[in-house]
Amino acid sequence: MTSISNTSQVSPRKGDTDGRPATDAYDVSRAHRPLPVWRIAAWLILGWICLQAVMIVALNDNFGWGVVGKYLFHPNILDGLTVTLGLAAVSMFLGILFGLVIAIMRMSPDRLLSGFAGGFLWFFRGVPLLVQLIFWYNMSTLFPEVRLSIPFGPDLAVWETNSLISPLTAAIIGLALHEAAYMAEIIRGGLLSVDHGQVEATQAFGMSRGRSLRRVILPQAMRSIVPPTGNQFISMVKATSLVSVIAMSDLLYSVQAIYNRTFEVIPLLLVAVAWYLFIVSILNVGQGFLERHFGRSERGAVEDDVKAEEAEV
Amino acid sequence: MNIRTDFPVVRTVGVHKSFGSNHVLRGIDLDVSAGEVVTVLGPSGSGKSTLLRCINQLEEIDSGAVFVDGEQMGFDLRGDRLHKLSDAAVRRQRRKIGMVFQHFNLFPHLTALENIIEAPVGIHGRSKAEAKREAMELLDRIGLSDKARHYPRQLSGGQQQRVAIARALAIKPRLLLFDEPTSALDPELVGEVLSTMRDLAEGGLTMLVVTHEISFAREAAHRVVFMDGGVIVEQGAPEKVLNDPESPRTRQFLSRFI
Repeated sequence: MTSISNTSQVSPRKGDTDGRPATDAYDVSRAHRPLPVWRIAAWLILGWICLQAVMIVALNDNFGWGVVGKYLFHPNILDGLTVTLGLAAVSMFLGILFGLVIAIMRMSPDRLLSGFAGGFLWFFRGVPLLVQLIFWYNMSTLFPEVRLSIPFGPDLAVWETNSLISPLTAAIIGLALHEAAYMAEIIRGGLLSVDHGQVEATQAFGMSRGRSLRRVILPQAMRSIVPPTGNQFISMVKATSLVSVIAMSDLLYSVQAIYNRTFEVIPLLLVAVAWYLFIVSILNVGQGFLERHFGRSERGAVEDDVKAEEAEV
Repeated sequence: MNIRTDFPVVRTVGVHKSFGSNHVLRGIDLDVSAGEVVTVLGPSGSGKSTLLRCINQLEEIDSGAVFVDGEQMGFDLRGDRLHKLSDAAVRRQRRKIGMVFQHFNLFPHLTALENIIEAPVGIHGRSKAEAKREAMELLDRIGLSDKARHYPRQLSGGQQQRVAIARALAIKPRLLLFDEPTSALDPELVGEVLSTMRDLAEGGLTMLVVTHEISFAREAAHRVVFMDGGVIVEQGAPEKVLNDPESPRTRQFLSRFI
């Protein structure tokens, strides 16, 4: 008992003449913090490394910054950049579209549909993208003629494979199908994350499945779909560089075409690096914006709404 | 009270339902007349929620028949052959039945107002302005007109459930089903939901209420149905079933609430 009462009381400091604790002296907000020795050491080491790296890069003529500046906005490079962006956007769009269809099929109670979707995932996730691209590019050796048809739909047309599978179509088909397999799993995960009671509520209202998906399920699933999709898009932009092996004139291919002529390999690769980083940075900003949009029923945005409402009143 | 007894809003005939080897409903015959408020009591696992879900076809029944407004749910008798209805026809049948869930199931990404107008605008094809005006009237009726622009997560459990009731009312249902509407609420929030339900009962709505709230059964119901083991053990006027039950099983169940 005595020890408890002793510790619960603030004992007077040595030197206090009247024996009462000087309460101000104990105020923790006045306390001196110990010097963060390890953090300062880490800063110093990191700073030194960064400085060295910058010196190496700046003082080494082989980087050829002049050459980088010369080619950064070269028409051929900008054409390649356009191809890369277009390819990434189209393949991503198709990938998300097919991915959504595959995800819904995979979740179907029908064994045949979910089995087909499972097989699709197994193949297109299992085979390396580079192999798929080369495979599509060389389709003509397998099938001299090809019928293009919508999944489960009618044949749209019959073409000679060589006229149909240009580097562009091979690239789009390869990238889109590969992406679809990954997006299907991301979308399925998102759909599964929505509480089953939401589905039941829409059923009880007699809402059609399409409308339920569009109005209730997908908007809620988006919160867990958007972040990984952003990563996928960034991967996609970089994956497009693989199409240079099938002679598709994307950013990397344009760069290679120039350095094969001028032998300025490193400076031209730096041009490509600069553009890839630039695109990815912009995508990061867009992803943050989308995440805030679909999270608007969560705390932060909602408080803003309420504040706005209160301001109106 | 203006109860029409000639034409029941709900009629179930010999309804059986099993989940695997679990025989949940073992022959349910129940009529609910227009304007009648029927409370279904019973221990958990007695099949009362399943019965409710069979009426609006959230569950498919194994045998027997369910009629709502004289129309057989899920099936169509043509000549002497019974045909299963298409999904679209089943959806049409559900549209005249409102349902209130234990866990509210409000759409969390929509505001209270948007939750209420979703079905009238999106399914029943009413104009947005009209639906909004009616939704505001409903919110006013349940005392939440100041919460129209709030998202569900900004509302208390009791407020959420009252919005869910308004959402179910917005489709102007012939029948309103309540599946344990107060079971997920903190005790101090139960009262506001029950009082909203009592107002509806007095307003002449046909209601089938699965609940553990004996007080609601006593004060607002026209009839109490006691279920146990997948059958209706007894039913009748609240004062009779609650005060002087005939079955020992009912008596045993009610003794827990005294």
